[in-house]
Amino acid sequence: MQTTLSINGTEHRLDLDTRVTLLDALRDHLGLCGSKKGCDHGQCGACTVLVGGRRINACLTLAVMHDGDEITTVEGLAEGADGGLSPLQRAFITHDGFQCGYCTPGQLCSATGMLGELAEGWPSHASADLDGNYELSQEELSERMSGNICRCSCYPGINAAIRDAAGAEGRK
Amino acid sequence: MKDELSITGATGEALPHDSAIKHVTGKAEYTDDIREPAGTLHAYLGLSTIAHGKIEALDLSAVKTAPGVIDVIGPADVPADNDCSANGMHDEPIFAETVEFLGQPIFAVVAESRDQARRAAQLAEVKYTELPHATNVMAAREAGYPNVTSPLKLERGDITAMEAAPHRLKGTMVVGGQDHFYLEGQIALAVPGEDEDVVINTSTQHPSEVQHVVAHALGVPSHSVVVNVRRMGGGFGGKETQMNLFCCVAAIAAKKLNRPVKLRPDRDDDMTATGKRHDFVVEYEVGFDDEGRIVAVEGDYFARCGFCSDLSGPVTDRALFHADNAYFYPNVLLRSHPLKTNTVSNTAFRGFGGPQGLIAAERMVEEIAYYLKRDPLEIRKLNFYGGEGRDLTPYHQTVEDNILDRITDELAESASYKERREAVIAWNARGGVIRKGIALTPVKFGISFTATWFNQAGALIHIYADGSIHLNHGGTEMGQGLYTKVAQVVADALQVDAGLVKITKTTTEKVPNTSATAASSGSDLNGMAAKDACDQLIARLRAFAVEKYGIAPEDFRLYANRVHLGDTVVEWDAFIREAYMARVQLSAAGFYKTPKIHWDRESGKGRPFYYFAYGAALSEVSVDTLTGEYRVDRTDILHDVGRSLNPAIDKGQVEGAFIQGMGWLTTEELWWDDKGRLRTHAPSTYKIPLASDRPRVFNVALADWAENREPTIKRSKAVGEPPFMLAVSVLEALGMAVASVADYAECPRLDTPATPERVLMAVERLRGTR
Repeated sequence: MQTTLSINGTEHRLDLDTRVTLLDALRDHLGLCGSKKGCDHGQCGACTVLVGGRRINACLTLAVMHDGDEITTVEGLAEGADGGLSPLQRAFITHDGFQCGYCTPGQLCSATGMLGELAEGWPSHASADLDGNYELSQEELSERMSGNICRCSCYPGINAAIRDAAGAEGRK
Repeated sequence: MKDELSITGATGEALPHDSAIKHVTGKAEYTDDIREPAGTLHAYLGLSTIAHGKIEALDLSAVKTAPGVIDVIGPADVPADNDCSANGMHDEPIFAETVEFLGQPIFAVVAESRDQARRAAQLAEVKYTELPHATNVMAAREAGYPNVTSPLKLERGDITAMEAAPHRLKGTMVVGGQDHFYLEGQIALAVPGEDEDVVINTSTQHPSEVQHVVAHALGVPSHSVVVNVRRMGGGFGGKETQMNLFCCVAAIAAKKLNRPVKLRPDRDDDMTATGKRHDFVVEYEVGFDDEGRIVAVEGDYFARCGFCSDLSGPVTDRALFHADNAYFYPNVLLRSHPLKTNTVSNTAFRGFGGPQGLIAAERMVEEIAYYLKRDPLEIRKLNFYGGEGRDLTPYHQTVEDNILDRITDELAESASYKERREAVIAWNARGGVIRKGIALTPVKFGISFTATWFNQAGALIHIYADGSIHLNHGGTEMGQGLYTKVAQVVADALQVDAGLVKITKTTTEKVPNTSATAASSGSDLNGMAAKDACDQLIARLRAFAVEKYGIAPEDFRLYANRVHLGDTVVEWDAFIREAYMARVQLSAAGFYKTPKIHWDRESGKGRPFYYFAYGAALSEVSVDTLTGEYRVDRTDILHDVGRSLNPAIDKGQVEGAFIQGMGWLTTEELWWDDKGRLRTHAPSTYKIPLASDRPRVFNVALADWAENREPTIKRSKAVGEPPFMLAVSVLEALGMAVASVADYAECPRLDTPATPERVLMAVERLRGTR
C-alpha cells in the first residue's frame, strides 16, 4: 500500500505491506535505526516516537495508519539548521542519563512529548487535581515517564536531565 | 578556551560516556542497526514445548514449505560438534535431541525475512515421549536429581562449636532469581567469508568464547572465526555465555547457505530460552553468644541450575565466598548444591551468586537481632571482620583492607540513622495501617575471577603518524563506561586529550584469548593492559628522544599534549611525526595479569580475591499493611570505588546497581507453571523497576577518601557488581515494617522477591502469632 510518511521534515513515499509496524518501517525500510526494538509489545518504550507531537510506541502502530503524518524520531530531535543538540539532549549528557543507551532514544522522544503534554495541562495519575496547572515534581515526572524502562536504572540521571531541560526551556 | 596546562579526560575526571552524543542522537550502532549485507537471511529458533522428554518424531514439512523459507537447520547440519557449552563439559546441545527444558531449541528455520522465519518456526509438528520433570530446587531434591557440576565445601574452625553456642537458630531462606531483561536482546549476524572464515557481529560480553565455541561447532580453527562487538544494549551477565547459542546457529546457517544470516529472538523467546540469575534455597544454622557475636555458622546453599552446568559451578562457589558478607565466622561449614532442574540453564548475573550468599548472611544477622531484641546494626558491627584473630574468611583468605567500620559510621552519621530509627519505632508504636522500616546494611565483595586464569587481559595501541591514537582492548562495552575509563587511562599516560584517543570495537582479531567482561573486572584488567602498552610506547619514545636530542632520560616528559625535551617543548603530533620518520615502532600490545591471587578448590583454601570492594546503604520504607504495597521513602549510600577513575560513571553504576538490586528483591518474580513453562516472559508480567520505583529521596556518595591498598589502575576499585547488594537494605527495612505488627518479637523472615503479595502474607503470618 502506498504510504507517505513525513519523518523529521522529510517526505518518504513507501510501498508497504499493511501489517508493517511504524517501527519496522523506520528501521527496516528507511534505515532510521535510532528508534529501538526492546520488547515489540509496547511495554518498554524503547521505540517511542512523536506523531504530530504526541508520543506513541512505534511498535504498536501500523505504518499505513500514518499516511501524511508528521513523525519525529530521535534523529530529528536536534534543533536548528546546524543540527545542534536540543536542551533535552544536552541535559541527558550533562546528567549522565544513560548507560547502555538502548532506551535513550525512546526516553528522549517520550520526554519531549511529555513536556508538551504538561505544558498543555494534561493531568497524570499522580496529579492531585484536574486544574491543568502542574509542576514537574518528582512524582509527576516519574509517573509521566513510567512507560519508558531503563534496565541500567539511570532514572536519577534521566529525571535530573528532564527537570533541568524543562527549566532551561523556561517553563512550565 | 582550552586549558594549556592540562589535558581533557584524565583519570579522575567526570568525562561523559564516550558514546554520549551518539546515544542522544540515535547514532550509536547496535548489532541490529548494522546495515545488512545484500542477501542477508534471517534465522529463527524452533523451541520445545515440554520440559523433559524424547523427541519421537519431528515433522518439519510445513516449516520447509512455508513462504520465504530457504532451509531448516538441525543437529545433522552442525558440521562438527552439536554443543555450545562454555566450559567444555559438553552438556549444552545447540539443537536438542532429548528435551531437558521447555523452550529448548530443537531446530532453526532460515527464511528471506525475519517475519517469515518467525511464522514458519511455529509450524513444526513434534511428537514427544514425555518424561517426569523437576523444575525447582525442592522438586529436584525430592526426585534425587544430580548436581550439574561438583559442589564446593568451605570449612574453617570446628563446627562442633555450634553445640556449645549459648544460642542457636535454624532457618530456611528462599532467594528468588532474576531475568536480565537487557533492553537489547540476544542477536547475531554471521557473514561467511572465503575458506572456512566467518565473521560474527554480535552483542556478547565474551567475544573470545563465542569464537572458540563457534569454531568448535564448525570444526574449524579459531583463526577462521572473527567476533566483533562494538557495544551492547545491556548485558548484566546475560550475555556472558548465552550468546554462544545464537552465534553458533547463525554461523552454521551462514556457512551452509553461504549467505549472511541474522538471528534475533523476540522478547518472549529470549526470556524463555536464555538463562537467568540462580534462585537459591538456603538452609542455615547460626550459633551466637548473649551479645550477639557469632560463634558458628553452618549453611547449605541449594541452587536451581537448570539443565546444564554452564557457569553454575563458579556461581555457586561465589555464593559460598559471600556467605560471610562482612562478618567473621569463627567456626564455619558451608556446602553448595548446584542442582540440575528441567529449566533453562541459569547463568551469570551481576554479582554472580554473591548476592544470594550475602543475603543469607544478612538474614542470620537479622535472626540474631530479633532474638536478642537489639538494633540489627549493632549486631552487624559487632560481627565485622577486624581485630586480633578475626580476619580470616571461610576460604582462608585474610581480610586486609576492611574499611566497613568507617563507611557504616559515616553513613549512619550523615543519614541520621539513630534518630530516624527512633522516629520509625515511634511512628509504628502508634499502630497505624502504614508501617515504616529502616535498615543499614553493609557489602563486602571479592574482586577477581575465582577461575584464576581469567584474570588476564590484553590491549593494542597504535599511534598513527599524525599523532592520533587507536585504542583496542579485550573488554566489551555494555554501558558500564569501560571504553571511556580505559581511554582516560591512555590519555593520562600519554598526556593527550581523550579526544585524540579513538576507541574501537572489541574484536578477536586484535586482542586474542580475552576473558569475559565480567566479575566487575573490566577496568582493573583492561586498564592495566592499556597502561602497559602505553609504558612500552613511552619507553620507545624516550629512547628516541635521548638519542636525537641528546637529553638525559629523565628530561623526557609527556605533559599536556606536549613533549618536553629538556628545555625544548614540542607539540605531540610533531614529535610523533619525528619518531615515525626515525622509524620508531608506534604500536604496542599490552598485557596484564592480576598478581597475588591463587585458589585451591579441592582444599577450599587460597586467596581468590585480589581485594575487596565495600559499601553500605541505609533505606527507609513505608508499607501498607492492608495491601502489602510499599514504597522506598529514602535511601542513602556510601560506596567505596577506591580512587575513582571517573566519578560520574562510578556514581551511575552505584545508582543503577542499587535500583536493579531493588528489582531483584521486590518486584521481579519469575514464575514457572507446573508444566515447566515460564509464565513471566515479557515486561507485561515481569516487572523491572520503573522511574517511579526509585527511592523518593536518593543520596548517593562515593567514599572520596578511599583508595585501593593494592596497586590497581590508579588505585581504583571495581564497581559493576558490589553496589547491587546495597539493595538488601530495602529488604531488611521491609522486614522491620512487617515485624512491627508483632512488636518486633519475631524475625519476619521475608523471602525474596518480597512482592507486595509476599509482604502481605508475612504481615498476616506475624499477626497470627500475636
